[in-house]
Amino acid sequence: MTIGIVGYGAYIPRHRISVEEIAKIWGENAENYKRGLMVSEKSVPDMDEDTITISTEAGRNALLRAGIDPAAIGAIYIGSESHPYAVKPSGTVVSEVLCLGNDIMVADFEFACKAGTAAMQCCYGMVKAGMIEYGMAIGADTSQGRPGDALEYTAAAGGAAFIIGRDPLATLDDTCSFTTDTSDFWRRNMEDYPKHGARFTGKPAYFKHVTSAARMLLERTGTKPGDYDYVVFHMPNGKFPANAAKMLGFSGQQLQQSLVVTRIGNCYSGSSPLGLSNVLDVAKPGQKIFMVSYGSGAGSDAFSFTVTDKILERRDLAPTTEHYISKKTNIDYGMYVKLRGKLKM
Amino acid sequence: MVHKSSVPLYWRLQKSRYTLTGTKCHTCNTVYFPPKEFCPACRRKGDIREFRFSGRGKIISYTVIRVPPEGFEKYTPYTVAIIELDEGTRLSGQVVGNPESIDIGRKVSPVFRKFHEDGPAGLIQYGIKFELVAEETPLK
Ligand SMILES: [Zn+2]
Repeated sequence: MTIGIVGYGAYIPRHRISVEEIAKIWGENAENYKRGLMVSEKSVPDMDEDTITISTEAGRNALLRAGIDPAAIGAIYIGSESHPYAVKPSGTVVSEVLCLGNDIMVADFEFACKAGTAAMQCCYGMVKAGMIEYGMAIGADTSQGRPGDALEYTAAAGGAAFIIGRDPLATLDDTCSFTTDTSDFWRRNMEDYPKHGARFTGKPAYFKHVTSAARMLLERTGTKPGDYDYVVFHMPNGKFPANAAKMLGFSGQQLQQSLVVTRIGNCYSGSSPLGLSNVLDVAKPGQKIFMVSYGSGAGSDAFSFTVTDKILERRDLAPTTEHYISKKTNIDYGMYVKLRGKLKM
Repeated sequence: MVHKSSVPLYWRLQKSRYTLTGTKCHTCNTVYFPPKEFCPACRRKGDIREFRFSGRGKIISYTVIRVPPEGFEKYTPYTVAIIELDEGTRLSGQVVGNPESIDIGRKVSPVFRKFHEDGPAGLIQYGIKFELVAEETPLK
């Protein structure tokens, strides 16, 4: 039997702050940012939400769709760059809350924005090797940009969870990664906000890694862009994935469904996973999905999926990605500052 | 460094806080949260077993906290409510969201959130809070 995604789930916090609201505070031109980034607003976590709570809600939705005994999950790997603890894995809490049992392998993953897809690869390998029956891979973040920095317009919060096993709703056909030592974006221990190489983040970083991983996988699988119904890229903004699609020969139509960034911003480790969950919410049996994540540092993970008949019976068992995108409350900059803990008390 | 709240106590209460696990007496069908290990109604005839609540229920009464206990200052204003769970017991819990939208009779569903942090270096406590079920507006 083939291996792939047996259940998936999304979660996005409900608060939104618009690009206009942020631009107003810094005396910037909102239209320039909106056009440049192709983002209109971003999600903001509540004060009591973090990567652990987001992962838990996404994981719960994935379990609802999979319809399996939670204790049958043999590994949980959470990829994030905003794990609440420096030492104490997020996965220990999430596993306990979701009743995954104590006979389970747990570790937190870090690779900037691609830690969640790295977790998917790891679960896939372990299921394939027969070490576990099911593995849960989660990509989630509550990312922060320094106030006034360009990142502040897009750094958002959200996540998606995938249960990897046999009898999937989408077969994982193949996966590979492209990795180099490229310092486009980093954050040292104990620092609140990341640093980035500004203009350095585009061509030698995002585009080089995304297109290289994509071409590697197309070659390995003997497929071409036209063979896929949907394509998902990491979404630091709306423009980068659109350009990556063009460079590789994918159309805007193939990309459209996955472009959640325009309405919720860049969810970092949750970015391409949420794009994938939004595609799975509408994909039909037999359709093919191509996905490439990107993590600064730098690397990209590429995946090919084929949707199966099982999608029809499992899709409606949990809230859709769109449910969380449209269930929103807009806030002003003052409330944003309070929610994000930027006030010293 | 000494923590304000007891780490072992938090750990003992963890399962019931994380998953709303209480108990049910299968003799008289009474449910208990927090869990009771002994049914006061049936006494020796009681048959107490673990029981997991759905977390769905409705608001019986609520209060908006504006003067918080130590450690909760940054969260004000927030709402604490008495909630009647669908399975038939009452508990108090925090309702997330704008306090002005909260009302008696509103239906709620569970959400997993942070409860409290023992400062920037201490333990983060998590558990179930409640969220208004969106679609329904209460009849007055
Ligand atoms: Zn009894």
